[in-house]
Amino acid sequence: MREFIEFFSFADANIRFVTVGSVLLATSSAVVGCFTLLRKRALVGDAVAHAVLPGVCLAFMLSGTKNPFILLLGAFVTGWLSLITIDFITSRSRIKEDTAIALVLSVFFGIGILLLTAIQHSGNAAQSGLDKFLFGKAASLVGEDLIAFSLVAVLLLVTTILFYKELAMLCFDKAYAKTIGYPVRALELLLTTLTVFAVVVGIQAVGVVLMAAMLITPAAAARFWTDKLSLMLVLAALIGAFSGVSGAYVSYTAPAMPTGPWIVLIVSMIAILSFAFAPGKGWVSRLLRQRRNKTLILEENLLKLLYHLGEEKQDFHLPHSLQQILEKRAIPKKQVSAGLSKLRKQGYIEKTPAGWQLTLQGQRRGERVVRLHRLWELYLTQYLQLASDHVHEDAETIEHIITPELEQRLMEELDYPVLDPHSARIP
Amino acid sequence: MIIQVENPVVEVHDLTVSYDRKPVLWGIDLTLPAGSLVGVIGPNGAGKSTLIKAMMDLLPAGSGYVRIFDKPIAEVRNRISYVPQRESVDWDFPASVFDVVLMGSYGKLGLFKRPRQADKDAAMDALQKVGMQSFANRQISQLSGGQQQRVFLARALAQNADIYFMDEPFAGVDIATETAIIELLRTMREQGKTVIVVHHDLQSATEYFDWVVLLNMRLVASGPADQVLTQQLLEQTYGGKLTVLTKVGELLRKQEFPARES
Repeated sequence: MREFIEFFSFADANIRFVTVGSVLLATSSAVVGCFTLLRKRALVGDAVAHAVLPGVCLAFMLSGTKNPFILLLGAFVTGWLSLITIDFITSRSRIKEDTAIALVLSVFFGIGILLLTAIQHSGNAAQSGLDKFLFGKAASLVGEDLIAFSLVAVLLLVTTILFYKELAMLCFDKAYAKTIGYPVRALELLLTTLTVFAVVVGIQAVGVVLMAAMLITPAAAARFWTDKLSLMLVLAALIGAFSGVSGAYVSYTAPAMPTGPWIVLIVSMIAILSFAFAPGKGWVSRLLRQRRNKTLILEENLLKLLYHLGEEKQDFHLPHSLQQILEKRAIPKKQVSAGLSKLRKQGYIEKTPAGWQLTLQGQRRGERVVRLHRLWELYLTQYLQLASDHVHEDAETIEHIITPELEQRLMEELDYPVLDPHSARIP
Repeated sequence: MIIQVENPVVEVHDLTVSYDRKPVLWGIDLTLPAGSLVGVIGPNGAGKSTLIKAMMDLLPAGSGYVRIFDKPIAEVRNRISYVPQRESVDWDFPASVFDVVLMGSYGKLGLFKRPRQADKDAAMDALQKVGMQSFANRQISQLSGGQQQRVFLARALAQNADIYFMDEPFAGVDIATETAIIELLRTMREQGKTVIVVHHDLQSATEYFDWVVLLNMRLVASGPADQVLTQQLLEQTYGGKLTVLTKVGELLRKQEFPARES
């Protein structure tokens, strides 16, 4: 707890720097990642992330320093090279893109690990800390590094916002963009460059192995909450920022821990929560919708049943015992009781000493369900030429979903019919 | 029967287009008159979409050239408008109907600039013309096929171009949409615009178009609808592919041969 307060009071200048840095890195990758995701290039982002490792190692070997700008340059070169290789393989051979990505990713990463191991065994004292590129270490983001990486991150954000309209267009409809005279190739190049840069700065915090999560997961999570691109960018940025702060905190309190895995776990947690709880598209809200449908079907079936009983007796307000209701239709007793008491609360039926009886409202609603059922049966026999003994099952479902507008349409198309295919009266 | 016109809006000269070295269009030579409704008609795989894409320089030409308003396409981009096939985009993209129609103004706006109020008004106007104004804020994934087609049409209208290329605008839409679209096309023609439509239904072709291009890997006919839509020419168009032509195309692909020597 003491550590928590110490960290989040931001009293220590070092903590402030690390936090600001992590937030910037995570935010910029998340925002660029939105476009990478919409352009359906998520896997490419992963390949680039792995491919920057040999670049970092080579830059170090050639320059002998850990100057961030030189390392960035190296990362950028091999990151780009991997993309060109993927494009080259796809266009010049029968190998499909996913295979090309897998090939490039593993070859580049393999070379990277090879070089890294060679450096570590070379006895060069300056090499200590290069391995943080593997899994990331936010806490080591200080001094010159911090300034360099933050600068790039800010540049990324500004460029993305500046080209918002053009990038959106490119991702949605590339051919159309070209016909209105957009420099499509240049824009594609821009987006690719942004992706490579986002990866290159992001690896400082998460490392190459897990960088794809930083690029793609915030965007995927944000997509669940909104259908507006601008809002999606903001949400992804916020999710990125939050995970950035968490990563910095973990890195500060547990220096032996790599930051990457923590950030990835946190951002994935947010994504899973989004999949589950986002309104409309989330898993929970879909479950609720299905439950609502079930309840609706049960309630309407009970009203319909009482209406049928009323039809037989030619009196819709006679009470019927639970036994009579159960005999009429095979619904589990527990469900029937629950449904009946719910309908009573809604004012569709009343309970009298002699049993359950429809209110006027209940009679109307039951009547509507019966009408829809018979209308639909008639529609199927007339328009789909189904035999009259094949239409009941279908109508059992459809009767619950037809809207008043469709009901009106049906009435018109069937010319206000009186009898259904089984010669029952349509109420 | 290939009729050439004076002062054409579109001139296609000796155009050959290949996919993976296999030519799908052979030496197309045609001119189209201004202010007409042009139907590009032919069987599946005849290269109809390929032709209009190559006209707009969306596909590289193996040989030949296209001139629009007697200029290379790059100089007249702001006067042409494209309605792609509905299936060519991902309708799950996070955008509203209005967002998509507003894209029609992007060409004139240029890079970096945000749409102005006038562009927004133009987008709303275009939506009204296709009867979709009440759907402006609807997320595009919630649209039916016909509504998607209307949105694409509105986007093209918002461009206020002089020549329109439409790829199968009548494919898979409801009757109401089809009627609405053809009404709109007629109005556009009255305003002196040229509309080139890829179309697959022969029944309606006579009624819809005043100029027809019959295509099946090569140009079979190009001319006024009543002269071109004859039994004989249609048989030539639909009577199967030219076997030798197809086989030669296959050979070019297999042997990785260039379409032209130089």
